[in-house]
Amino acid sequence: MKRVMEGSMGVSEMVRLCRPKVVAAYPITPQTHIVENLSQFVANGQLQAEFVNVESEFSAASVVLGASATGVRSYTATSSQGMLLMNEVVYNIAGLRLPVVMTLANRAISPPLSIWNDWQDSLSVRDAGWIQLYAEDNQEAADMHVQAYRIGEDPRVALPVMVCMDGFILTHAFEPIDIPEQAEVDAFLPEYQPLYKLDPADPVTVGAFMEPDKYMEARYLIHQAVAQAAPVVEEVAESFRAAFGRYQGGLVDAYRCEDAEVIFVTLGTLASVAKSAADQMREAGKRAGVLRIRCYRPFPTKQIRQILGKGAKVAVLEKALALGVGSIIAPEIRNALYGSDTPVNGYILGLGGRDVPPATLERIFDHAAAGRSADGLFVDLKAEHLGDEAFAAWQAQWKE
Amino acid sequence: MATNLLAPGHTACLGCGEALAARLVVNAAGPSTIIAEATGCLEIISSRYPESAWNVPWIHSLFDNTAAVAAGIAAALRATGREGQVNVLSQGGDGATADIGFGPLSGAWERGHDVLYVCYDNEAYMNTGIQRSGLTPFHARTSTSPPGRQSLGNPTLKKDLPAIAVAHGVPYVATTSVGWPRDIERKVKKALSIRGPKYLQIHVPCPLGWGFDPSQTVDLAKLAVSSGLYPIFEYENGILTGSMKVKPVPVEEYLKRQVRFRHLFAAAKPELEEQVRAIQAVADANLVKYQMVTPPAEAPTGA
Repeated sequence: MKRVMEGSMGVSEMVRLCRPKVVAAYPITPQTHIVENLSQFVANGQLQAEFVNVESEFSAASVVLGASATGVRSYTATSSQGMLLMNEVVYNIAGLRLPVVMTLANRAISPPLSIWNDWQDSLSVRDAGWIQLYAEDNQEAADMHVQAYRIGEDPRVALPVMVCMDGFILTHAFEPIDIPEQAEVDAFLPEYQPLYKLDPADPVTVGAFMEPDKYMEARYLIHQAVAQAAPVVEEVAESFRAAFGRYQGGLVDAYRCEDAEVIFVTLGTLASVAKSAADQMREAGKRAGVLRIRCYRPFPTKQIRQILGKGAKVAVLEKALALGVGSIIAPEIRNALYGSDTPVNGYILGLGGRDVPPATLERIFDHAAAGRSADGLFVDLKAEHLGDEAFAAWQAQWKE
Repeated sequence: MATNLLAPGHTACLGCGEALAARLVVNAAGPSTIIAEATGCLEIISSRYPESAWNVPWIHSLFDNTAAVAAGIAAALRATGREGQVNVLSQGGDGATADIGFGPLSGAWERGHDVLYVCYDNEAYMNTGIQRSGLTPFHARTSTSPPGRQSLGNPTLKKDLPAIAVAHGVPYVATTSVGWPRDIERKVKKALSIRGPKYLQIHVPCPLGWGFDPSQTVDLAKLAVSSGLYPIFEYENGILTGSMKVKPVPVEEYLKRQVRFRHLFAAAKPELEEQVRAIQAVADANLVKYQMVTPPAEAPTGA
């Protein structure tokens, strides 16, 4: 039934229906409402789970690691600094092939301290071995959690899944969300059957160390597992469509790309802004399209090659950056298009919650359409905070 | 003889106190036990892929999160109605316990998970090459607290981790030593009979790290206790309920047998003698505080 609720509540309701046995979390804005709701569900007896109030995100991740290794479905959520603090454990969960599901309410990284949205937190762990899904709206954010357990627990995958949703923009926004019945979720998501678990009836050693003659093969196998999860992500999206009648894309979600002159490539809610801006631009004769990467890990190289590389110029919109380098996603798109002469521009915008209005996207369209190049080009900087000299230098980058 | 749950054939050094204690602990705990292990010597000697010395389910995650991993195991057992049916043992060395893993351990104690945490205390980071930890004793030489013209070794007193555990309200807190195998077994069994968090700190001499012959591990362990430098006691619900009674020996008898304290005896200097007296004072205070001399009223005075 559709009800108007906060994005965080939609996620909490859906996680409850997934029946995790252990939930561990530490509070950090803007993740808090999700875990507050879950603790209330446990307090009410609506969710039969152990809710472990840990003393740090580092322990939150470690508790769900231990629980998952004991063979039970586990859940945690965090943001920003919490993700950075978890970092060591995040790598470990993936390497131990534990299908934990985590919500990441995307938030900027300090300093300067900012509670507002961008993707620096999740992109900092893009190579940790987790499947990373990015939601565009709250229905998708909620739905992705059911899909996440189904993907991660698939014995062909056995990997953790991170559902990334833009902090505040989604977590604190009220929208109508359809929350299915328990029986529907139970039918879609069977009880977790671990490949291995810590059980005295069948003792296993987990987390052995390896010498140089074996380590590389172990890392290769984890790498292969992440890469080979791609068809499962698509398959689960299709199964979800069959079960619930909703489909938000598989690995990618292409919008008006067929005849586009410039295709915006982006993640999360920025895709909504881009889609709306594309519609407006098309009314003015500017043929814009949008390719939303729904699954960033594994990286959808094949799908990107199918949609891009047909003559349209590419403008990658990133709410993140690699300090000292610039774009993070744009080089991966170029890599996916290796051998084609498609120009791929990288624009950095929306950091720390900076608004991205449609007019900004039109400026980017014009810049890319004019054949200018951009590699980690910052968008919408302000003279009053930069000083005249730095501002002029930045403006000059736009004319290169 | 029953199967050892920590099997022989692991790669510990000759005379390793930790490996001996770990076997006693897991055998006392029995086969219905899950172990979460911190990175360190015990992990390295027992889990070189594709081999494992463990005959119980065992997980190594990281150096610093063992208590939280164990908490997750305990939470999973509880959520599936198995709490009390399976022992959860969390273990690590002194660095993993008192330093880098202490935050998660404090959190786990405070939340009260049904977990026995065992700290194998060899008083330094042995696995990385004998660096100082928070449980390294006063004046000990380590590779990061070397004596020199400006230093007499480790400048700080050993962190009183059992007292910190007691302050958390941990219902069973005890120390023991590899010098007394039956004491280890008894305390493990007793701890596991109690629901909730338990802390057991075991003194495990390290021949390589301390500088003594591997045949002397048990002797050194016993001297540490009888000198008063490593008091053996039990706290139940915050009350001291037991301690090992000893016939005190001067701390020199313990210190002089180890390379890590040799610099204190390198020359007959009054300032060095004063430092040995400072160590003696630590031992004397322990003997009184933990009532290790019977009866307490007859503790040596003025001798």
